Amino acid sequence: MLDEVRQALIITRREIRDQLRDWRIVLPIVILTVFFPFLANFTTRQMLGFVGKYGANLLADRFIPFLLMIVGFFPISISLVIALESFSGETERRSIEPLLSSPLTDGQLYLGKLLASLITPLTASYLGMTVYIFAIYRSSSWRAEPMFLLLVAMLTTVQALVMVSGAVVISTQTTSVRAANLLASFIIIPVSLMIQAESVMMLWADYRVLWWAVMAQVVLAGLLVRMGIAHLNREELLGHELDTLNLPWMWKVFRSQLTGGAHSLADWYLREIPRTLRRMVIPIAWMALLLGAATYIGFAQVKNIGISPSILGLDRLKLIDTQILTQFRQLGFFSTSNVVTIWWHNLRAVGIAVIVGIFTLGVAGVLILMLPMVIIGFVSQAASLTGLNLLTVLAAFTMPHGILEIPAIILSGAAILQVGATLVTPRSRQSISEGLVSSIADWVKITLALVLPLFLGSAILEVFISPQLLVKLLGGG
Amino acid sequence: MIQTENLSKQFNDFLAVDRVNLQVSPGEVLALLGPNGAGKTTTLRMLTSVLRPSMGWARVAGFDVVSQPAQVRAAVGILTEQHGLYGRMNADEYLDFFGQVYRMNTVNRRKRSEELLEQYGLAADRKRKIGEYSKGMRQKLALARALIHDPPVLLMDEPTSAMDPESARLVRDAIHGLRGANRTIIICTHNLAEAEELADKIAIIHRGQIIISGEVEALKTRLLGSTQFELRLGTNIDSMNINFPASITITGQGSDWLQYQTADPSNANPLVIQTMVTHNIPVLGLSEVPRSLENVYLQAINAVDAENHSLERPVQVLPGGSQYAG
Repeated sequence: MLDEVRQALIITRREIRDQLRDWRIVLPIVILTVFFPFLANFTTRQMLGFVGKYGANLLADRFIPFLLMIVGFFPISISLVIALESFSGETERRSIEPLLSSPLTDGQLYLGKLLASLITPLTASYLGMTVYIFAIYRSSSWRAEPMFLLLVAMLTTVQALVMVSGAVVISTQTTSVRAANLLASFIIIPVSLMIQAESVMMLWADYRVLWWAVMAQVVLAGLLVRMGIAHLNREELLGHELDTLNLPWMWKVFRSQLTGGAHSLADWYLREIPRTLRRMVIPIAWMALLLGAATYIGFAQVKNIGISPSILGLDRLKLIDTQILTQFRQLGFFSTSNVVTIWWHNLRAVGIAVIVGIFTLGVAGVLILMLPMVIIGFVSQAASLTGLNLLTVLAAFTMPHGILEIPAIILSGAAILQVGATLVTPRSRQSISEGLVSSIADWVKITLALVLPLFLGSAILEVFISPQLLVKLLGGG
Repeated sequence: MIQTENLSKQFNDFLAVDRVNLQVSPGEVLALLGPNGAGKTTTLRMLTSVLRPSMGWARVAGFDVVSQPAQVRAAVGILTEQHGLYGRMNADEYLDFFGQVYRMNTVNRRKRSEELLEQYGLAADRKRKIGEYSKGMRQKLALARALIHDPPVLLMDEPTSAMDPESARLVRDAIHGLRGANRTIIICTHNLAEAEELADKIAIIHRGQIIISGEVEALKTRLLGSTQFELRLGTNIDSMNINFPASITITGQGSDWLQYQTADPSNANPLVIQTMVTHNIPVLGLSEVPRSLENVYLQAINAVDAENHSLERPVQVLPGGSQYAG
């Protein structure tokens, strides 16, 4: 391990020396480190004077820490530029091949570049924050709590780590700086949204939430680092066709994974689908566990929030009787068109989940699919407070259509998890694009073969049977 | 030593290298020749464990390129076609960086840098930024980088392409020296005269396949026929009826000269001279007609193209160990 780091540091030292000789990097860093903290300090003093006139000192109290965060963030924005250029720049200048032909391992190359992209901007950031803190102390005697300083330092560090690890992933997958810059939107947009959210929390002074933000970003950075190492492929770094969208090849990979070489529909169902399911056993188990956890989170939130069932109108559940079925019939609930509506709604939900999942390593996609279970758990637990049996309420809300719908959600979620896992897990002899196309093909395969029919069956049950069971379980039957 | 068997590389639908068999021993230089895009660079990249072979195997300095990539890379010095130097560094820093990468200690790094910079005439410019170097200087520095760890195996892509004649000579002498120091060397080049001068063996690669390989003289004989000689005469022989020895074949004749081929020059040439003396024909000179490697190369490439060579065609092993596709 030490040896790994020692070799990586050879790369890091060279790159940092290179950065410090490049005025395009040095100048913005100097400005952001020295000039901006003084500007922020000046702004703060003006603000203190202004709000002091009207007794709105609270605003000033919140504004100083907020500006500290911003002073820390500005220099680390440079890290994005450095990291985006780390591999793609060397590929473009053709200086990558001697490095790839050297005994350095993939991990050493990755770590060396990662550290090189982090160290200079982070040092500038810490310096900038120190300058700001001293200046603000001198001008207004503002003193930060040590825990708060640690929080801001941690936030700054993990933000830099998230940006850099994401940018290095992009850099390893592109053969030109231009292409890397174009793809940087995938980092800039989420990070800017995150910064806005953190700013709100900072102004709100809800530092507990910010610690959660630190934790979440540590996990995200971990995933991105793993993804970066997994897909650092010497072969692809030297490939010149990477930035070309090869649709015929992608279609070939997709079709081959989708059909699995099956000769007929029967062969596909009997041989390929079971084989795919066997391959997905671990994500299926994870997804089942996550849905269970989601239901439990729903249960737990009732106690956390301390909600009264009457607020949600759940006390009226006891009043359900066969009248409701008549009302449903009058509303046209028991109709084929309603089956199609429910079916389409479910399909749309898993469609959105997979799209979001592709861009978030599967995480947001799975969260979307967990959400209904959180709601069901929450409502069931809240309803049980009215004296109803929890399991009865759960069954009333989910049966019998859940028998088909929950497995469909588990399968769909598992396929989305697999898409995310493909991005962060190395696959020998498979490039990142090949892995991604293959895992999407698996999702399509599972959706066509199982999820679509299961959702159709569940929609039929939900329309024609579930209301009857609801009345039987909760009402007078 | 470098050894490959059926070494192949496929990129998606494109077969870049197809069942290449090579054997280069220590102290031997192999010149890998071929048109642009023939698969030379891909072959070198597989031999440095940068590209993973799709089929076949290769051992470099005793290490397998797939299962022992780190050892292979440590044993190989590679001069890439694009030098990709770091423009903001100077030569000292650059060589020191690669010396560290190859795990050399400080003393060895400095000593070796010193030697190489001196040898390639870069010592006076060692503190100048590489970005200010001329093309030839960059090429020499890239070569110094390839040699910094004194590797037993050297792979060079166009080693003298950007150099002036003096520098090119310097590098060629260095390659001779490395061969003498028992290094295993492969050079890829379009400079056929250079290949002829440096290489012990030639392999011509075309559309990913080795279409012919062997020692230079053997290849000349195989493709261009037996050695050809030209006889310059002191009198007009147009009206003479001369009985030439059966061991030669006349390939051209003028009033005072003639050219012939023979597979056995040591016996045939004295017989030819003797025939001339018998006929009282003064002989002004007898010389071997130079046959360049360029002719061999073009002959091989054209022969393959003329046969509408297809990649699916199996490689045939020709007598004498040379290979010929088609």
